[in-house]
Amino acid sequence: MDYFLFSVAAIIAVVSAVLVIVQRNPMHSALYLIITLLCIAVLYLQLSAQFVAAVQVIVYAGAIMVLFLFVLMLLDQENPIDTPSTLRYQNPVAAVMGLLLLVELLFLSARAQPPAVLTSGAPGSSPGFPGSVESVAESMFTRYLFPFELTSVLLLIGMVGVIVLAKRKL
Amino acid sequence: MNPYVAVFFMFVFCGVIAGAMLAMGSFLGPRKPNPTKEQPFECGMEPFQLPGGPTSVRFYIIGMLFVLFDVETVFLFPWAIVFHKYVTRPGWGMFMLVEMLVFLAVLIAGYIYLWKRGALEWE
Repeated sequence: MDYFLFSVAAIIAVVSAVLVIVQRNPMHSALYLIITLLCIAVLYLQLSAQFVAAVQVIVYAGAIMVLFLFVLMLLDQENPIDTPSTLRYQNPVAAVMGLLLLVELLFLSARAQPPAVLTSGAPGSSPGFPGSVESVAESMFTRYLFPFELTSVLLLIGMVGVIVLAKRKL
Repeated sequence: MNPYVAVFFMFVFCGVIAGAMLAMGSFLGPRKPNPTKEQPFECGMEPFQLPGGPTSVRFYIIGMLFVLFDVETVFLFPWAIVFHKYVTRPGWGMFMLVEMLVFLAVLIAGYIYLWKRGALEWE
């Protein structure tokens, strides 16, 4: 069952990731990217990392995609600027890097044992697991309480920054 | 039983209910098309241009503020998960409540600031 779920989520993630880069319309790319991110959240769940899965959906598929969409909508999609690319070496370098990464992954997956989480079955049934929401929350609200409270100040700085940057021009 | 079965059924029920509403609307509703009804509709106005082109920077404020408050919910969610466990321990329930209220107070101060500065107005 786990392997079936993993295969379905992984195949959808890869297919939609390929669809992201072959779309002509950048808006469609963004929508396929959301599907990829949601499928990756399923993979996190299977690794018993529920908190990371929830954050993946809330922050990546929610907040980061808003930023992506905003940049896309800020650009004029009817009349794209057609200048020759200044990144001439990007494609060959990317191909070499991607090939290296693939070799590395194949090498590691040939040697490595599957993680105990995948073989023990019933992911998510253990609240004490390091990736579970309970264990993340317990250390966040007890041991790392001060950094947590400081985060609110960080978010406050973000809010003030938005107002200062955007309101000045209007 | 796998705890995700419940989540799966919730998704299934959501899909079935939403699909049933759309299906009932298309089966039961009267369908009398005429040229006026077929026209594109833009909040009662005549549409004057196709969507496209650069979007107003006013969406930027709303978008960025959404991102910030979205990150806030990331912290609220694990707190809500463990809160019931701490309520039963003496002293801990109040501690957890106060620490989240401090966190929220800072953000609500920011919210009041941007409300007063008119960031939520469409000017």
